[in-house]
Formats: sequence, C-alpha cells, structure tokens
Amino acid sequence: MTTLLWGVLPYVTFALLVAGLIWRHRHDRFGRAARSSPVRESKLLNIASPAFHYGILFVLVGHLVGLFVPESWTDALGVDAHTYHLFSLYGGTAAGVVTVAGILLLVHRRRTDAPVLRATTANDKVMYAVLLAAIVMGVAAKLSHASGDGYRYRDSLAPWSRSLFTLRPDTELMAGVPALYQVHTVLGMALVALVPYTRLAHMFSAPVRYLFRPYVVYRSREPRQWGQRPERRSRERLGG
Amino acid sequence: MRPMAQIAMVMNLDKCIGCHTCSVSCKEAWTDRQGMEHVWFNNVETRPGQGYPRRYEDQERWRGGWRLNRRGALKPTAGGRLRKLAGIFSPPELPATEDYEEPWTYDHTNRAGAPAHGDLDPVAERARRQASDKVRNEFEQTFMFYLPRICEHCLNPSCVASCPSGAMYKRAEDGVVLVDQDRCRGWRMCVTGCPYKKVYFNDRTGKAEKCTLCAPRIEAGLPTVCSETCVGRLRYLGVVLYDADKVTAAASVPREQDLYEAQLDVFLDPEDTRVRRACEAAGIPDDWLAAARRSPVHALISKYRVALPLHPEYRTMPMVWYIPPLSPVVEALTETGHDGEDARNLFGAIDALRIPLEYLAEMFTAGDVGPVRSALERLAAMRSHMRAVNLGEDPDPSVSAAVGMGVYEIEEMYRLLSVAEYADRYVIPTAAVGDARRLEESALTQGCSLDYEGGPGSGGDGPFGRGSGRKLLPLTPVEKFHILGERRTADHTADVEET
Ligand code: SF4
Ligand code: SF4
Repeated sequence: MTTLLWGVLPYVTFALLVAGLIWRHRHDRFGRAARSSPVRESKLLNIASPAFHYGILFVLVGHLVGLFVPESWTDALGVDAHTYHLFSLYGGTAAGVVTVAGILLLVHRRRTDAPVLRATTANDKVMYAVLLAAIVMGVAAKLSHASGDGYRYRDSLAPWSRSLFTLRPDTELMAGVPALYQVHTVLGMALVALVPYTRLAHMFSAPVRYLFRPYVVYRSREPRQWGQRPERRSRERLGG
Repeated sequence: MRPMAQIAMVMNLDKCIGCHTCSVSCKEAWTDRQGMEHVWFNNVETRPGQGYPRRYEDQERWRGGWRLNRRGALKPTAGGRLRKLAGIFSPPELPATEDYEEPWTYDHTNRAGAPAHGDLDPVAERARRQASDKVRNEFEQTFMFYLPRICEHCLNPSCVASCPSGAMYKRAEDGVVLVDQDRCRGWRMCVTGCPYKKVYFNDRTGKAEKCTLCAPRIEAGLPTVCSETCVGRLRYLGVVLYDADKVTAAASVPREQDLYEAQLDVFLDPEDTRVRRACEAAGIPDDWLAAARRSPVHALISKYRVALPLHPEYRTMPMVWYIPPLSPVVEALTETGHDGEDARNLFGAIDALRIPLEYLAEMFTAGDVGPVRSALERLAAMRSHMRAVNLGEDPDPSVSAAVGMGVYEIEEMYRLLSVAEYADRYVIPTAAVGDARRLEESALTQGCSLDYEGGPGSGGDGPFGRGSGRKLLPLTPVEKFHILGERRTADHTADVEET
C-alpha cells in the first residue's frame, strides 16, 4: 500500500499530466480556454474571481517553496524553523481561506445563475469537488497541527517529494505522516492529474508574452488555411 | 515608407433606408449559431439614438480605444500591458446581454412601452454640450438617419492591442482584423478594447468572434455579404494603400480634430510612381496595385473627399468611412418652401441647420464642422449641377468651382455615387495571383478558411450558402459557376439572358 500510494501514484499522476498536455496541445487547442461566462453577470465575479485566483497562486507558490526548497537553504538565509512555521501558518491559512471563500462564491454563482448553471458540465463539477476537497483538507491539516512548530512536514513530505525526481522514491518517509496530510497529498496528486483534462488547463495559457510583444500584431495568411481542413477531434463538441 | 494594402469600405448614408437586409444576410451567413444570439456583425442603428450595444460610444463607461498618456504616447484606454495582466482575473468592463438587446419575442409591449431613449445618445450629449441652449430641445425633431456599422478593420486596432494571448491580428495582405480561434483564451479584453464594440463574446465556445469582412469571399474577389445584398447599393469596397510606418504617429496627434487629416496623410496615392515602386518592392502584387488605382474607396476618401471616418477620436484609424447624409438638409429646406436643390439655397442651409452639422461633426470628425460642411457642400454642388444637366439647362460652372471641383470631376463623382454598377462599386483583387487557382478550388467545393469547429463554417452554411462547404455535393460544373456569377453581378436582368 505504501509503495502503491507514494511510489507509484506520483508517477501515474505525472504521466497523466504530461500525456494530457500533449493531447491537448495536439488535438484540442481550440478547447483550451477558461470558458468564462462573461456576458452573463459580473458583480459577484468581480470579487470572487480575483480572490480565488490570487489566493490559489499564493497557495501554489507556498507549496513550491515548502516542498522543493530544502530546510538547509532557508536556514542559510537565517529563517529559523519557528519563524518559517508561523509564516506558513498565517500566510498559508489566510491564502487558503481567501481561496475557499472565492471558490465558494464561484460555486454559489454557478448554482444560482441559471444560464451559468446550464453552461456547467459534469467535468466542471468533478473538478470543483476535487479542488475544494484538496484545499479544505490542506487547511484542516495545517490548523490541526498549529501549535508549537507545527507538523514538521519539511522532514518527511518535502524530502519525499524531492526523492521523486531522482526516481528513487523514499516511501518510508511517508509512513509516519499524519492521516490528514496523507489525504491532502493524495487529493493534490489527483488534482494535478486532472489539470489537462478539465478547465484547469487554462493555467498554461498565462499570457506572459503580452508584456513583450508590440501592441498591434500582423500576420500573413497561412498556406494551410487555404484548402480543406481536417475534422478535428475535440474534447467536447461545442456550438451546434 | 512601408506600404501596405487594405480592403476598405465606404457607405453612402444618404441612400440607407434602414431595411436591415445587410444585418439579416450577415446574420444568416455568420452568426446564426448558438452562443451568438446577441451578435450582429453588421447592425443598422438610428441616429440620433443609443446605438448597438446601447451607448457604446460612451468611452468613459466602456473604456474602448486609445488615449494619449501624460507623455503623449498612445495607450489603450482600458490600461496598458501591466494593468491588464494584473487585473486579468476580474472580468473586464463588458456590455451585458441586455445592452445588446434581447431577441425579438413578438411581445410588442417591449417596444411600444419602451422609454424614449433619444436623449441618451452619447454623441448628442457631446454635441449639446457645445451647442447653444436655443437648439437644445429641437434636436430630435431636426433630423434622423440610419447608420449601418460593421467592424472598422482599423489601421491601429485597439482590439488587437488588448488581446493578452496574441490571438487577434491584422492580416498583412488585406488588413482584415481576425481572431485566431485556436489561440483565443477567452480573456474578453478585446470586447472592452474595441471602442465600436464590434468584437463579441461567444458564450458557447468561450471565444471572441468578430466581423471577418467576409474574408473567404474577399479572398475570392467577391464583395462582403452585406455589400452584396444592400438594397440601397450604398456600399463601396476597394483597396487603399497606406504607409504602415506613419500609423502610430498619425494616431497620436495631440488634437482630436486633427486625426481626420492625419489619417488622410497615412494613405498613399497609387498614381504616384514612387509609391508604386515602393509597393512593388514591398511585394504588393500587380493586380492589387491596379485595383488600388481603380478603387472607388480611394476616390471617395482622398480624391473627392466626401467620405469621413467614424469617430476618429478613438484613435484606432478606422477603415470603414461614411459619406454624411445631405438629405435631411434638402428635406428641411423643401419644407420651408424653398427649392431644396438650388445650390445657393443649399449652401446657406447647410450652415443654417447648425445642429445636424454639429451632430455629424461629433460623429465623423471629433467635432470639427469644417470637413463635414465641405463634404456636404460638394454633395450639394453635385446635386444642383446634375439637376441642371438633367433639365437640359447649362450647368453653372461656378457651382462646382465653389467647392473646388471641376465639371468633369463632379460628374465622375456623380457616376460613382448614383449609377455605378457592380464592378465599379466593388473593386476587389483576389488573394495572391499565384494561389488563385487553388483558392478557386477551395472556394468552390471545399471548406473555407473560417471552417473551425463551432465557427461560422461548421454548420455547413458557409459564406457561399447552404450548398457549399463540407457536405460533399457533386462538383459544380465551371459553366454553371460562371452563369451564377454573372447573374449575381449583373445590373440588369437582360444582361444575363444575352449570355
Ligand atoms: S472596429 Fe473594433 S474590432 Fe474592428 S478593428 Fe477596430 S478596434 Fe478592432
Ligand atoms: S441593406 Fe443597405 S439600405 Fe438596407 S439597411 Fe443595410 S446598408 Fe441600409
């Protein structure tokens, strides 16, 4: 069981992620959009959407630092374990709460606005469930080990996650991790695997190049546009 | 000099009868799909009025177009690159579905009971602010005309500038502004960015869509569907050459009233040999140059100077220009018992009816009545000149001289504005000669370049109608194609029967 969860599952996740991204890039570039529902109604969206997105970005950065920056590096910077814990406790919880509030508002809008609800697919619902569960479990895990220096995941979870990259996963490390953290980790992996197959894929569309290109874009007619275009496979058939 | 070619349009507002044939045929061809119910790539609005979507000209609210920043540089009104990215998670300022008006449901009380919206016209508001109190309330009674609108296919498109994904682009060959459906990520900033609100969001596909100037038809040398079907035959299509190096400077002249002249300066004269040589060097094909010389659009804009840009103050350098309507002036004059087509009466009346002039100036020249007055005077001179000709009188040469035109010129303009036939109104070179054959094939029996999924071509109803597109019909024999083509482009039924 330990090997399966901590030795095999991460690689399955990774394979699903990569395969999904390649598939999307090759066959479904058309479908890769946030599928926002705009002309609809935007008062709620105005608060909820930035709250959720900025929250989750902060959470993402927090995870990257927590998992992939070894403790020795932060020590070298003069950040001791307790300071680090307090920072991650308050910062992480705040970001988590903002994110959860944002996502709840978004789900609320989805459910109460009839046109938006109609535009919601089963795929969206699964994604929302996993996302919400992962965040809630994460916050719960953090808060249930809040006292003192908290749970020192940087001695177990983090080295384990780094050991994945060397292809020699140290599954032993995960054995002693509290259940809440374990559940959160599994949910997190599920979420990563889902990314390319759900609307979450829009995270790979971050328009960074906008900052560097001239305002007005010129393009020539592409030769491949001239003839007949093959029928494209797509995740969902849109329009009608 | 970096010459580029653009297919541009001119509409003669005197002739629009507000029949909406253009809008309906456009909708049939392009936006008759789910998610596009609120979208009219071509719309016809009554002026004075709020327009479509409602009050789109109020840029304080919708934040479209460009502004000059403190250093005098162009910047999208909705904010520059950093502002846009920082705010990318909040939905941009967009008209709501109601602003696009709901579909007609045969509930007549919606229309009959609607409040009077005449005074909500942003253009009227601006004109009023400048006009005196005396005329404040006479506005709505003074005059009314129809304004058909499509995307302007601007030289300095702020929609393109607002797109974070780089999905929107101006096509280098013919200047058509398009949305790459594969790259669009649905940020919707282009909807805000366009001051004419001519980019629309398809809430089914989550992508932006807009008028394509019927690109597949233009490529094959055919006019757009709205031009083809126009009952008033008031649309003109042709090539305009312009200097791409001058666009930014022209769009950033400090005074809004100078923008019209600045844009005229950007255009190149196809009769100039230096220009022609530069065009050849830039790879603009011969038949495009030839078309540019015969271009009715170039003639109306630069030669006769009767066409004016719509809202140059948005600084996007629009490329669908309008001949302002003279009819309300003639009409008002006739009602007072004067001869509405006498040049002396007309010239005076153009100025006396100050409000139409100021209103039109607010639409076409950022409030400068000069160019509007001179365009109307030319039209007035043409009317009285041609009346003399038709009545067998000797036309008074001082009439045409008064507006700085020769007799020959004024008659040429008359021909173009009133009796021009299909081939004179639409002078459209096909896409690059070398590919002409391939294009013809693809246009006849296969899909079109807008055949993406969920797109206009996907339902099978391409720009060539139900019979074309992906449904594998038997090949059209080439004779039949030519017969159909002749029937379509003929101006008299007799012409077809002869052939
Ligand atoms: S009219 Fe609007 S959509 Fe069309 S090119 Fe200009 S800015 Fe873009
Ligand atoms: S078809 Fe022509 S006349 Fe009729 S509304 Fe359109 S532009 Fe005006």
